[in-house]
Amino acid sequence: MNARAELPLHAPGTQTDKGYIGQSVPRPNAKRLLQGRGAFVDDLRFPRLAHVVFFRSPYAHAKVKKLDLTKAVRQPGVIACFDGRAVAEYCTPWVAVLAHLKGIKSPPQYAIAIERACWQGEAIAAIVADTREQGEDALAHVEAEWEELPVVTEMEDALSNRYVIHPDLGDNICFKRELDTGAVDDAFKQADVVVEETFGFGRHTGVCMETRSILADYNAADHSLTVYHATQAPHMMQDIFSRHLGIPEANVRVICKDVGGSYGIKVHVYPDEMATAAISVILRRPVKFVADRLESFLTDIHAREHRAKVRLACRKDGQILAFDLDDLTAIGPYSVYPRTSGIEGNQVVNLTGGPYTHQQYRAKMHVVFTNKNVTCQYRAVGHPIAAALTEGIVDLAAAKLGMDPAEFRRRNLIADDAYPYTFPSGIKFERLSHHKTLDKLLALMDYKKLRAEQAALRKKNVYRGIGLAAIIEVTGPSPAFYGVGGARISAQDGATLRLEPTGMVTCIGSVTEQGQGTEGIFAQIAASAVGVTMDKVRVITGDTGVTPYGGGTWASRGAAIGGEAVLQAGRTLRSNILDVAAVILNMDKGELDIVNNEVVNKLTLESKLPLVELGRIAYFRPDTLPPKFQSELTVTRHYTPREYGFSFTNGIHASYLEVDVDTGFVKLLKHWAVDDSGTVINPMLVDEQVRGGVVQGIGAALFEECVYDETGQLLNGNMADYLVPMSGEMPDIIVGHVETPTKQSQLGAKGAGEAGTAGAPAAVMNAINDALAPLGARVTVQPFTPERILKALGKA
Amino acid sequence: MDTTIEATVTVNGTPVTRHVPARQHLIDFLRDAVGLTGSHIGCEQGVCGACTVRVDGEIVRGCLMLAVQADGRNVDTIEGLSDSGELAELQKAFHEHNALQCGFCTPGMLMAAQDLVRTKPEASREKIREHISGNYCRCTGYHAIVDAVQEVIEKRQGGRR
Amino acid sequence: MKAPSFAYAKPRSLDEVFALAEEHGADAKLLAGGQTLLATLNMRLSSPALLIDITGVPGLSGIAVKGNVLRIGALTKHREIERSPDVARHLPLLAQAAPHIAHVAIRNVGTLGGSLAHADPAAEWPACCIALDAEIVIAARGGERRVKARQFYRGLFETALDAGEVITAVEFPIPGAGYRSAFLELARRRGDYAIVGVAALAKASGGKLSDVRLAFIGGGATPILAKTAMAAIEGKQLTPDTAAAAQMALAKDLAPTGDLNGSPATKMHLARVLCGRALTALAA
Repeated sequence: MNARAELPLHAPGTQTDKGYIGQSVPRPNAKRLLQGRGAFVDDLRFPRLAHVVFFRSPYAHAKVKKLDLTKAVRQPGVIACFDGRAVAEYCTPWVAVLAHLKGIKSPPQYAIAIERACWQGEAIAAIVADTREQGEDALAHVEAEWEELPVVTEMEDALSNRYVIHPDLGDNICFKRELDTGAVDDAFKQADVVVEETFGFGRHTGVCMETRSILADYNAADHSLTVYHATQAPHMMQDIFSRHLGIPEANVRVICKDVGGSYGIKVHVYPDEMATAAISVILRRPVKFVADRLESFLTDIHAREHRAKVRLACRKDGQILAFDLDDLTAIGPYSVYPRTSGIEGNQVVNLTGGPYTHQQYRAKMHVVFTNKNVTCQYRAVGHPIAAALTEGIVDLAAAKLGMDPAEFRRRNLIADDAYPYTFPSGIKFERLSHHKTLDKLLALMDYKKLRAEQAALRKKNVYRGIGLAAIIEVTGPSPAFYGVGGARISAQDGATLRLEPTGMVTCIGSVTEQGQGTEGIFAQIAASAVGVTMDKVRVITGDTGVTPYGGGTWASRGAAIGGEAVLQAGRTLRSNILDVAAVILNMDKGELDIVNNEVVNKLTLESKLPLVELGRIAYFRPDTLPPKFQSELTVTRHYTPREYGFSFTNGIHASYLEVDVDTGFVKLLKHWAVDDSGTVINPMLVDEQVRGGVVQGIGAALFEECVYDETGQLLNGNMADYLVPMSGEMPDIIVGHVETPTKQSQLGAKGAGEAGTAGAPAAVMNAINDALAPLGARVTVQPFTPERILKALGKA
Repeated sequence: MDTTIEATVTVNGTPVTRHVPARQHLIDFLRDAVGLTGSHIGCEQGVCGACTVRVDGEIVRGCLMLAVQADGRNVDTIEGLSDSGELAELQKAFHEHNALQCGFCTPGMLMAAQDLVRTKPEASREKIREHISGNYCRCTGYHAIVDAVQEVIEKRQGGRR
Repeated sequence: MKAPSFAYAKPRSLDEVFALAEEHGADAKLLAGGQTLLATLNMRLSSPALLIDITGVPGLSGIAVKGNVLRIGALTKHREIERSPDVARHLPLLAQAAPHIAHVAIRNVGTLGGSLAHADPAAEWPACCIALDAEIVIAARGGERRVKARQFYRGLFETALDAGEVITAVEFPIPGAGYRSAFLELARRRGDYAIVGVAALAKASGGKLSDVRLAFIGGGATPILAKTAMAAIEGKQLTPDTAAAAQMALAKDLAPTGDLNGSPATKMHLARVLCGRALTALAA
């Protein structure tokens, strides 16, 4: 374990104190995006670039009886056509299982399906053409004959094994897990109050504004592949391209420049993207695939289709004794590579009941195959489900006891001085701050006043509701997440810092930038750690040919893990710079510090040597330094969280809304989120990250659902019918922070990217049910559409 | 009938003449024929607003206009309005409020916001939300965007008083 | 997705339009603002051989008041109607409806004639035209004819337009003094197509409503004038009872179809709610 160096980062007594840590500094890299001068994959221009489009199954489950590409290949501009077998010669299939998810199973998945399509939208052929238009024109000339197979769309139907989608696997169960602390039934017998509810969750998807994009450029001369990829995990993809395409890893370079939103959507292996890379190898030329919006809805991973029954036992005084959970989730026909589709359900089991002190917990969870698009990890994996189950049933218990929901939570949240704490599901919390965040939230929203306003309006037949939702959140995971299961996914990240001769600092990090501000906070940390101003820092990310090896962006780990690597590299670079300064100045290193781009006398702050001068001497006139002295002005450091499997964070949300009980429409009035993400490096960035997460959570609660019919056809797979939240319906979102730094790292940051999404749906649900309570109505199936609310009110 | 037509579009003040396929929409024309990649394609269905550009001074969905329909007209893109300085105030406010994350929607969002800033200087928070309601942003919670636009509007109001 | 290949022509007169339309028949489509057509082409939902861009034809745009009639050219853009002082003064219903049409960037391009001809039952203008008893002016090779908006809509996306005909203008009788109007719709998000909506107009005097018009969108395959409901309130004072009578009467007028937004019963319920609210607004 690293000894945690106390902030400030600089020597006590210097005026720079914490440097840029905690400051709302604008992101330097945002300027080019504001002028439309970013470099997204589709913005790149290559000579001889070919475009690939895919012929996709119109059926949810069907055998390909005949596939004839001879007419398609003769169309204007068409370069080549490929079926699954042709691509399989260049790209081996994969099976997405992990050793630590015991019993998880999935069939081999090919880049292009062979003989059988298992969901509507699965690619069965690729057409390569000079332009995207020509490729699409040729799609109409693909001749395919299908034999429709039985379709399994409902989770319960899948679980019944009435029809087994993959006969070789024996049944439709991808993964199951059971957990039992042993005395749950006793707890329920002893309880004064028992509540039970079944909650439903709609399938939804990420809808990144930039659709999935990849440009693969194979160079036959040196058997190398350069992939420009909208991905969150370039090193992971480098490994995967290498292994499945049979190219030495050292010959594969993955570059991700600007990425137009990810939220977990772009951290998975997509068959059409693998096929694109394989086709570049086959054709020995650059090939590009940019998903159009319609195929995005059919093939970007979906998430969150769950139905879960949860029971809670508590005493008269409100003390929760036990949770009992039975969760069922469907993932489509394949577990998604390489993270598997078992993680979401696993998280629901890990996290349900997480904020509270009960000692008894039992959970049962089944993950089943269906003939819909695949699901996998999307922002806040499992958290929104677990939070809605927990907070929905907690509100129900509070209501049954006639207790204020805030008071009920106060009596059950784990005390702020109880850490380290092991939750009955086995997860360990280093240090959380539930009570601090609750107090801050109630103050921020003026809870009592709001309750009074609500009561006054009810007398006027205005139905407003207040909903609370406490959460815990997995951030900054250790190798316990994937590595232990055999996945080649790095849990460690690295950063290289280099003092340039000009006094500039170049920071090269393995965590990627997807817009969350990685490069901005790296600049803040690097500048603070070295002692330079932010304008002296340049940050480079997203290139396996350049950066240290690392995991990239997922699980709210960028600041916690990548940031710590930057901090440690920066501190070492500072020390190395002072070594050089001490030699040049013939002073004791201990007398010196770096402040504002200059070496100064630590006590007097008197300027001693500008870094630009130090750089000049170190790089161009080392002959003037003592013969045995070698400056080391490039430093690389890596960081792996080890002590805890995950750096848990906590937070609490509140939603205030009004239900139009005649129309079932919900008007969101305000939302509050107080999160403890450890050390906050840039409050402005964290605030809007949280807000963006909240809006995605609100989308789940009110708007978003991938609706399939009984034949497995996606009914609303376009931008007009799949309702992404828009500015007009969103409330102002007030964000507050509590900072409980992790002691695992020097920086103390935990993570913030998913907190908003985790808590918002539960808060909105509880607020709607609070508003409907006087009418005896209640909703439990997301999204809470006007029709579902009207049905609950008996009006539709 | 010819499926390719010559069109002259004045892009950011400079006339550009190209033989364009009749089916090519304005954004593909700008991105591929002119090389201005700042206007983005988010849905090609007219819903997301990432392709918002200005034609003869009014904002339009670039994916719902054919390049040939822009023949003889003036088109302003994010690149042009950045260079002319017209968007400078909004860009600064967006930057300072972190009113963007991945930046993919941002050019279209700025076009829509500027349309409001220059036509309705009294806009409230509610009005701002309404005016940009045709532009998706999946990263931010819209809150910072509203903050940024509001700041620019208020500064302008202050300047007039 | 990219549009399939097609040819493009931009005629400079109606005669040229008619000639092209005759020559190409069903393979040709008229292009006005294109805000629906181009979206469907970009999804390859249709594949015309030729688009005839009619925006080069002079005289089809503009808003003018002549006596008791307000005439709006077919190529007039939604945004022009929204901003027009004449519309605001004489036909406030149109000004009330305009902001509900999609978003500014689409209203800047989409046209009145295009919307009427497309005949989406969830669109705003058709219902307004029916409520206002507008007359649609149609040009064809053989000359001009006029069809009442109330007779124009025949079925789902089906109108009285014959092949080769072009809407050139819409003429709205200007309601006299004492009329009030309201446009209400329920859409999940601002600018989305409405689940249901109502364009409402009536004369309010002496506490009574007369000449009541209630035109619903999303109530069936076409925009629908709710005659039974209108009759139920005609000449009466708005009370909870008369309002309820009008709301119940909608069962005879509307036949909403179920879709992603709700079942027929849900839509009927919502239509009744809007009916009540529209009447309240008219009587206020």
